[in-house]
Amino acid sequence: MDYDTLRIIWWALLGILLIGLAIMDGFDLGTAILLPFVGRNDIERRVVINTVGPVWEGNQVWLILGGGAIFAAWPPLYATAFSGFYLAMFLVLLALILRPVGFKFRSKLVSPTWRTMWDWALFVGGFVPALIFGVAFGNLFVGVPFGFDSDLRMHETITLLSLLNPFALLAGLVSVAMLTLHGATWLSLKADGAPGARARAIVPYAALAFAVLFTIGGVWTSHMDGFRLTSALVADGPSNPLMKTVARVAGGWWQNYSLHPLFWLAPLVAYLGAAVAVMARKRPLLAWVASALVPLGTIATAGLSLFPFLLASSSDPDMSLTVWDASSSKLTLEIMLGCTVIFLPIILAYTAWAYRVLRGPVKAESITSDSHGNY
Amino acid sequence: MDIEILSRLQFAITALYHFLFVPLTLGLSILLGIMETVYVMTGRAIWRDMTKFWGALFGINFAMGVATGITMEFQFGMNWAYYSHYVGDVFGAPLAIEGMMAFFLEATFVGLFFFGWNRMSKVAHLTVTWALGIATNLSALWILIANGWMQFPAGARFNADTMRMEVSNFMEVLFNPVAQAKFVHTVSAGYVVGSVFVLAISAYYLLRQRHVELARRSMTVAASFGLASALSVVVLGDESGYTAGLNQKMKIAAIEAMWNTEPAPASFTVFGIPDLKTHTTNYEVKVPWVLGLIATRTADTPVPGINNLVEVAKQRIKNGIVAYDALAKLKADRGNAALRKTLDAHVDDLGYALLLKRFRPDVQNATQAQIDAAANSTIPNVPALFWSFRFMVGLGFYFIALFALAFYLSAKRRLDTHRVFLRVCLWTLPLPWIAAELGWVVAEYGRQPWVIEGVLPTALGVSSTAPGNVLFSLLGFLIFYSSLLVADIFLMTKYIRLGPDGTLGHAVAAPFARVPAE
Repeated sequence: MDYDTLRIIWWALLGILLIGLAIMDGFDLGTAILLPFVGRNDIERRVVINTVGPVWEGNQVWLILGGGAIFAAWPPLYATAFSGFYLAMFLVLLALILRPVGFKFRSKLVSPTWRTMWDWALFVGGFVPALIFGVAFGNLFVGVPFGFDSDLRMHETITLLSLLNPFALLAGLVSVAMLTLHGATWLSLKADGAPGARARAIVPYAALAFAVLFTIGGVWTSHMDGFRLTSALVADGPSNPLMKTVARVAGGWWQNYSLHPLFWLAPLVAYLGAAVAVMARKRPLLAWVASALVPLGTIATAGLSLFPFLLASSSDPDMSLTVWDASSSKLTLEIMLGCTVIFLPIILAYTAWAYRVLRGPVKAESITSDSHGNY
Repeated sequence: MDIEILSRLQFAITALYHFLFVPLTLGLSILLGIMETVYVMTGRAIWRDMTKFWGALFGINFAMGVATGITMEFQFGMNWAYYSHYVGDVFGAPLAIEGMMAFFLEATFVGLFFFGWNRMSKVAHLTVTWALGIATNLSALWILIANGWMQFPAGARFNADTMRMEVSNFMEVLFNPVAQAKFVHTVSAGYVVGSVFVLAISAYYLLRQRHVELARRSMTVAASFGLASALSVVVLGDESGYTAGLNQKMKIAAIEAMWNTEPAPASFTVFGIPDLKTHTTNYEVKVPWVLGLIATRTADTPVPGINNLVEVAKQRIKNGIVAYDALAKLKADRGNAALRKTLDAHVDDLGYALLLKRFRPDVQNATQAQIDAAANSTIPNVPALFWSFRFMVGLGFYFIALFALAFYLSAKRRLDTHRVFLRVCLWTLPLPWIAAELGWVVAEYGRQPWVIEGVLPTALGVSSTAPGNVLFSLLGFLIFYSSLLVADIFLMTKYIRLGPDGTLGHAVAAPFARVPAE
């Protein structure tokens, strides 16, 4: 296979992994965000927690795999983004560390203080990553200040405050609204009784918030200076971000959409998903599937707009990382593609089996009858 | 403090923390599989309750392993950005494959292990448990392939256009002999940790005459599995020594505090006080032949000493300077074939030239004194390695003796009558963790000053982020991890004290009670 084709495939796979993350880990992050609000007493909260208890760990592997895949397929992106977004990453890590212990430890002691503390820890573990992942995505549009010397050692002047710019914060809120919606449809499907009903009532508000924020974001990008390649395209050249030129163009982020009108399907899918999730909220499974379309459409919308940029540099635009100069070697991309083709279907198969085994709503009675076995 | 020290401290602390939980997960997951297999084969409910009880402790530990593991995956990018750029093409792949092949399976099935007891047939649940155990071990395999490559960077070459190492032969990365030896050694160490854990806690119950039936059975399983594992950890540790002898000669020499090449076969120093200043080891007690046999498996190949290896390093630095110079010129004149040829001829020593970066940025103009200093910097901390290694090996032999005795007593059905032995078992509890952590000290500290042996000095691997960020996150992780560790030990102790009945919420089944057929 050609190097340029492999790079496109890996760009698409990166998108698929992020979408997988947002759909699968997304609903349990959303569930954690909703936990303190839809569960009003201990047993209700345990119902909420146990809807994701058996599956959240598998879901989080989408994140671990996402990190691993960026490392393997896009090493310069991994190096630049993770060290550049240093404190943001640190906050995400702290929040994510709270989750495994939160789920496992919370119900091991009866003390209400202990349990309430972990409930809020789980909320933080859901809200902070949801917000920061969105903020990170927003900064892909804004661009961040970094460059390289001739050894490709990065220098940067990125600060946590500069990452929290207005557009990025808006993107963070889009992400929170989207995952809250997805968590609400999940709870409406899996949580029996009052918590499920409360979650169902939240669905329209979360969907509306998403649609409004997403629209504002879209209009905002049309007024931004986007990044465009200005040198001749070398799609199969070495992965060295010092060999091209880039210009900032007003409305540049919308150029791909004017070139390929079919791309408009992506935002359409996002809106459609949100709308169907609201209309079908009395049929929880359909509503959940619909709300899964929202992250699919949203991430695709952003990715298609940014292509071929992976991480744009606001200080040295020529040194931005793109699909064409920030990948692994051809051999590594081939090996990793082979592994993905073999393992991704297997993963999807046993994940589906696990959800089948665990099917059916979580009821308060089943928690009390096996209080030691459940979270 | 400078960013290199801070980043190294952070890696050491987070990795050593992570490895408090990993070996117990490795060992217990297999022990759970064994216990549940007995349950499914005999239908005796006590074995199901054993699986569930040890499973509950496994769960508390597993959560901590996952919590501390997330940091590991992201830390390379955060603190070691240049490392990630320089070797990501090779090093990233095993990490990503670990996620796809192992961790996904492990994380999906751990949920089914806990929540699936009443939702599937006995055999299906047993399959889930074994899949969990196998996935856990596969996970270790891929991580150690990645780590093995840091010790022995086979199957990769430098690309001047991308300024990084790239895979040239993936099979060599995969079947790296160092990685294979490390994998079996490390998982065996995990089995020893799991076995000592079960042995010690069962001994605690037997000493107090509580849960005697469950404890005695658990102890029997731990004794037999532990004996096999303790033997394997020592034998395969020897394999690690041999593979290190192939490539990391300096590490072997430092572990031995062997300053000068001895006539073959080299002797093994059991005791001594290494002196860094004079390059001598005082009060040595030596056993002839042993080191030569371990490191070379021959009686006539010499094992090189530290001073001799420093001389080799000087020559490699000089070669490396030629490569570095060609590379610097090539950046300005990418089409120049002659320069590429010069680079290719000396590229294997490029890493040695990078050792000079600590002394001056323009490596080409290094003085002889700087070259000598750079060559001397290839000597790791000899006393630390010398003693870490000896404590680890001593503990390894102690575990063999302990498990052999436990095995003997259990075969004679006299486990619960020897209170002194039971007390020894209980007090052994922390020791396998110490041995495992010392193992990592030997492996990683012994590789310094390299992050990738012979390819990239550790000091160059760091990020360009502000040192304050690293200090902040270091303190953050330290405080955060330590509070979680307190909660973890508190819960562990609470549930161990509570015992199986309290943990399961019902009395453990009588010894010969059967579970009715489904």
